[in-house]
Amino acid sequence: MLLTFEDFRPGHFATLGPRHVTREEIISFAAEFDPQPMHLDEEAGRRSMAGGLSGSGWHMCALAMRMQVDGFIGRTDSLGGLGVDEVKWLAPLRPGDDITLDVHVDDARLSKSRPDTGIVKIRAEMFNAARTRLMSIVSNGLMRRRAPSSSQA
Amino acid sequence: MIFFEDTKLGERHTLGSFTFTADAIKTFARAYDPQAFHLDEEPGRRSVFGGLAASGWHTASVYMKLLVAYLKDLAEAAEARGEAVAQSGPSPGFKNLRWPRPVLAGDTLTYTYEATAMRPLASRPEFGLVLGTTTAVNQRGEMVFYFENSVFLPRRNPVV
Repeated sequence: MLLTFEDFRPGHFATLGPRHVTREEIISFAAEFDPQPMHLDEEAGRRSMAGGLSGSGWHMCALAMRMQVDGFIGRTDSLGGLGVDEVKWLAPLRPGDDITLDVHVDDARLSKSRPDTGIVKIRAEMFNAARTRLMSIVSNGLMRRRAPSSSQA
Repeated sequence: MIFFEDTKLGERHTLGSFTFTADAIKTFARAYDPQAFHLDEEPGRRSVFGGLAASGWHTASVYMKLLVAYLKDLAEAAEARGEAVAQSGPSPGFKNLRWPRPVLAGDTLTYTYEATAMRPLASRPEFGLVLGTTTAVNQRGEMVFYFENSVFLPRRNPVV
């Protein structure tokens, strides 16, 4: 059954992963979208502030999206993302990392302009296997309600 | 890359343009955002987007692609003039990213960056923090992408 707005209640929602991230995909994403030396080359990575080869922050965002699509968005009656309030890049993504995503619902409210939908504010936090927090992302999704006509206030 | 001191608030930089082909949209979506409206024309047409639509993270990643190319050109021009070239620091993150309209197959986006605020860092005297906004418009001039970014740029003469 499709998840709807009603299934997203404030609090911890899911823990997704672990997802293994290879050196090959870090370099492949960077080569196409973020070809800075520290994302492509071990030696350049060592000289950078990250102190070693690191994944692009945009790759981390894309990985978080994929984990959420596989984890719940793919079976949610979603009308798309409304935007992202904030992303914090806290620590580097490394080749070989096994990442998990803790997903929290920070807020869920009915849409005023579209009464058949609601807006869910989701905070996803990415951790590596050592439980170092790599990234935090707060985004808003528009989701259809299950029975809008019967629950109108 | 430019130094913190080279940043001019309010100066608009056109980073470049990129055409989102159906193939590129589907390839990105298969890897990172496999929702039906990003993967196929027909579900795209039936969706709120009205056509095969690029993942919002694809639109964002192309910003980075164009920014890196733009900064590489600036660095090469500076090098050719015999000037010092700075290595950019990391970004702590960003805020308020919006996708006001869908990016559909065949759309060409033009990305523009503008620095809006800058301040030295007490904790890291070799860097300064620069805040800015990035927007992308499609071939009809409609805004399809907006966000507020931040980056650490190296100081030309670090106060240490």
